[in-house]
Amino acid sequence: MSAAVAPSVLATALLVARKDLLIEYRTRSAFLAALTFALLAVVIFRFSWDPTAVAAIDLAPGVLWVIFVFSGLLGLHRSFGGEQADRAIDGLLAAPVSREAIFLGKSAANLVFVAAVQLVAIPAVALFYDLPVAGGELPAILLVALLAAVGLVAVGTLFSAMTVNTRLAELLLPMLALPFFVPVVTPAALATARILAGRPLAEIGGMLKLLGGFDLIFVVACTLAFPFTLEE
Amino acid sequence: MTNPSLVAPGGARTAPPFGGDRRDAVSAAPPRPAAGPDLLLGAGLAAVAATLVRAIWFTPVEAMQGPAQKIFYVHVPSAFVALYVGLPLVALASVLYLWLRDDRLDRLAASAAEVSLVFMSVVLVTGPIWGKPVWGTWWSWDARLTLTLFLWFVVVGYLVLRGAIEDRQQRARYSAVLGVLAVLLVPFIHLSVYLFRTLHPQPIVLKPSAPSLPPEMQLTLFAALAAFLLFFGALLRTRVRLAAEQELLALQQEAL
Repeated sequence: MSAAVAPSVLATALLVARKDLLIEYRTRSAFLAALTFALLAVVIFRFSWDPTAVAAIDLAPGVLWVIFVFSGLLGLHRSFGGEQADRAIDGLLAAPVSREAIFLGKSAANLVFVAAVQLVAIPAVALFYDLPVAGGELPAILLVALLAAVGLVAVGTLFSAMTVNTRLAELLLPMLALPFFVPVVTPAALATARILAGRPLAEIGGMLKLLGGFDLIFVVACTLAFPFTLEE
Repeated sequence: MTNPSLVAPGGARTAPPFGGDRRDAVSAAPPRPAAGPDLLLGAGLAAVAATLVRAIWFTPVEAMQGPAQKIFYVHVPSAFVALYVGLPLVALASVLYLWLRDDRLDRLAASAAEVSLVFMSVVLVTGPIWGKPVWGTWWSWDARLTLTLFLWFVVVGYLVLRGAIEDRQQRARYSAVLGVLAVLLVPFIHLSVYLFRTLHPQPIVLKPSAPSLPPEMQLTLFAALAAFLLFFGALLRTRVRLAAEQELLALQQEAL
């Protein structure tokens, strides 16, 4: 009798990611909510200062990154929130797959979610704020955004798992996650500002390295820490 | 880990702060001292008071900054105790908890976090008070104050997380995970803040070469460091005892 071999870490992660994304795709409600929130926030910010006194391009990077952080947090909340109904999380945990693979799968799904919101929000900001993105700025900004998204998603997914069944879940997730987002938002916003100012890419190399280092360390750390957040 | 002979049969879970079960209460509660004044705490308070007296009346006034500089003798020892003693203790206890799963480590981590929060709050209040007359601004995003501010938020998050979780084991595990991640965060906050300019005076005591403080000020500073360290230890011990007693109380209430 041959025993079925449990899928590898990568295969499991892809399976979990596909499941989450499929569920999200069928309703698209969380995606649309996060996207609407992001666009509304972009517009509201635009009305919060006197356009003749302050140039939009000065404030755009900060506005962009604050919005990404908060819309990302909105999306992250549903990452483990969906597993609450009927204790679906138990089904996942009963499967003969490593916990780390589950975490990687959920993070991958969240990354796609956040990247999708960014793909729409960045051109929207460029439009509303009249940013100079004629040259190669847009791909550079998208690269920075993707690097930053990896870090945001790794930390956010872990904290989402930890806060989902606490009393103050919606407040607790931002409260825990925001200090961890600072080393992501700082280089990302500064790099975006440099790119928009037309500086060469070489100048933001240090910031990209900081983002890359953060991503590497926290993806590994959060993946290793995830099993501790589950019941034994 | 579980000793079957000591686990209460059908014991329900309670939610005391820094909670526990009978096993911990029997094996891990510290021996209660005979009822009487807490001498260590008294000594700590007296030491802090004594160094403050020395700092205000028996230490020379600094030429450029004037009397405002004396906040230095409160600000620096508080920062030292919170950032170099208290928070590393939280981190160490968190890592050891994830390894050993001893509830005493969890109580130690939580107590150290609370006491460190108090000292960090002192740093964040005395910093601007000192900064206003000396730098002309209440808050400059200088490296060390900003790091302290972020760590303050992290510790507040840590304590709110603990308050939001009823189950003792889950609370201990989650706190420990947060404690370990917070350690990894510190160098990244450093690097992020480094991207901005800093107004903070460069270290003038713990440099490899001779410190730039005159001897009387140095002595007052070191005395203050020792006094605050003593006070921190006393507060920590008091808090850990309180936590253990709260567990005992919760157990007794549960048994009724």
